[in-house]
Amino acid sequence: MSEQQTLGAPSLTAVETSRPAGWGRWLVAACLLLLAVVPTVSFDSYHLFQFTMVVVYALAVLGLAILTGFNGQISLGHGAFYAIGAYTTAILMYNYDVPYWVTLPIAAVVCALVGFLIGLPALRLGGMYLALTTFALAVAVPQILKLNALQDLTGGVQGLTLDKPDPPFGLALTTDQWLYLFCLGVTVALYVVGWNLVRGRVGRAMMAIRDQAVAAEAMGINLSMLKTRTFAVSAMFTGIAGSLGAIVVAYVAPDSFNFLLSITLFVGLVAGGAASIPGTIVGAVFVEFVPNWAGDLSKAAPGAIYGALLIAMLFLMPAGAGGLLNTVWRRLGRR
Amino acid sequence: MEGVLHQFLSGIASGAIYASVALALVMIYQATHHVNFAQGEMATFSTYICLTLINAGFPYWIAFCITIVASFVIGVLIERILMRPMQNAPVLSSVGVFIGLLLIVNSLSGWFFGYTIKSFPSPFPNHEMFDGYVSGHELGLTIVTLIVLIAVYLFFRHTKLGLGMRAAAFNPASSRLVGVRVGWMLALGWGLAAAIGAVAGIMVAPMVFLDPNMMAGILLYAFAGALLGGIDNPLGAVIGGFVVGVLENIGGAYLVGTELKLTLALVIIVGVLVVKPSGLMGRAVLSRV
Repeated sequence: MSEQQTLGAPSLTAVETSRPAGWGRWLVAACLLLLAVVPTVSFDSYHLFQFTMVVVYALAVLGLAILTGFNGQISLGHGAFYAIGAYTTAILMYNYDVPYWVTLPIAAVVCALVGFLIGLPALRLGGMYLALTTFALAVAVPQILKLNALQDLTGGVQGLTLDKPDPPFGLALTTDQWLYLFCLGVTVALYVVGWNLVRGRVGRAMMAIRDQAVAAEAMGINLSMLKTRTFAVSAMFTGIAGSLGAIVVAYVAPDSFNFLLSITLFVGLVAGGAASIPGTIVGAVFVEFVPNWAGDLSKAAPGAIYGALLIAMLFLMPAGAGGLLNTVWRRLGRR
Repeated sequence: MEGVLHQFLSGIASGAIYASVALALVMIYQATHHVNFAQGEMATFSTYICLTLINAGFPYWIAFCITIVASFVIGVLIERILMRPMQNAPVLSSVGVFIGLLLIVNSLSGWFFGYTIKSFPSPFPNHEMFDGYVSGHELGLTIVTLIVLIAVYLFFRHTKLGLGMRAAAFNPASSRLVGVRVGWMLALGWGLAAAIGAVAGIMVAPMVFLDPNMMAGILLYAFAGALLGGIDNPLGAVIGGFVVGVLENIGGAYLVGTELKLTLALVIIVGVLVVKPSGLMGRAVLSRV
């Protein structure tokens, strides 16, 4: 159960580096720990699958948050990196029989590289240009995946069907339970990495670029290099989420990575509040459950409700759920 | 050689569509520095309005005119209701509102008019012209688009309202001081952009068939065209649109095949950003510290 214990780690570092621990923060950490265990034992496989997807989306949205929230660069095409991560894993597992956990670091490297290359031209310019380029990337990716020339590798329009991995070491868990814990472990580990990245020297430089690019440059920050590297890291996080997604769903096909996926991640980011790491979890819950709920509410036009919610959130709570969480968090620390 | 000429002329026809949408994008960009990601969906919605009117028995050109007016009104309303409060919001919020708008309009198109693919009538003769180099519709749509582009040009050059709109986009503060109602100028710009988009949608629908996602690819080419020509220069955007249309058709026929046509747009966008980010005719971005 080491996965659950590390969930407390982000709050630990936060507390140690800032001020003495308020009991409220420990309480929150304990509650989160408990919450993370609950689905494993008490949910049927469908709900467990939904929660696994929440964990996966949380990681994907975290990648986007590092880029957009902390570095101020807007991407409408992170679904593309999710797709690249998913396909890297699927191709390695399907064509080369690579174990699923080995594919994660490979997908991470691939996505970081692609992110670096895409970011290099687009990041030299303002936010709108990057939004445009990534928009184009998101629209183009399904087409590239369907390409006939790559059909032997990608399975073309049909996609690839994978085998779900069995729990290792003879653990008495079902496959779904194991996958949930596996995703949770990877995600928690990467949250710790992301948390430390954002709070450290690099993170401060990233935020300086977001808030006042000229002053940041005057202080010796290499703008385009740091922006491009942030983009690469962000693409890597989302790409790993894509890998996990492919393993969990056990199926990849070009049309599951269409433009709507990028929009979904973007909505998750806005719902959580761009510059908030805990907010990304709220955002992930939002994008996993709200579309179903919107579909129940109006069979005819779920997209309209989704869009209206997005606009309403931007008008009513521009800082997202993360802004709210932040206020609560500070209050708890003060006691 | 005949094949190339044929592709070139088809490219001019699709370029006319891209040029109109690119012009609509540039009009909004010039005034507000926002890229309207919902432009394509708005045009699709207008096209549905036109089809509904035609099916209700209106003659084609009457339906066309009603649609243009309705689109103009919708554009003005969107600016007044959704964009005005976001005037001073950060870029992320405005992009978010555009994406929300895209989702809403797309979904409403499907809800009101159905998700099935529909054919759309063309007012132009159906037979081939000039020894089969262009179809009647391609020639007709190019002419209609050129008329729209020239009308827009004359409007901005030679009317007082056009001058006011240019002034409001160029320098809002000074325009306000000399009595231009900047807020309304922006709303009119939105209305005009929506109307131009509607023309593009109605003209392209007979070629690609009508469904709620009709304009997604076209919007991408329009982006590429606008960037190529310079996103703050209307004339540049129009020329860029035509160039992208020709590149797309010739490239699609001889270079990459139809499978990768959208990727071609991505390549053009990235290429422009690498080689000449301000576009062929745009101004380089300078910011005052």
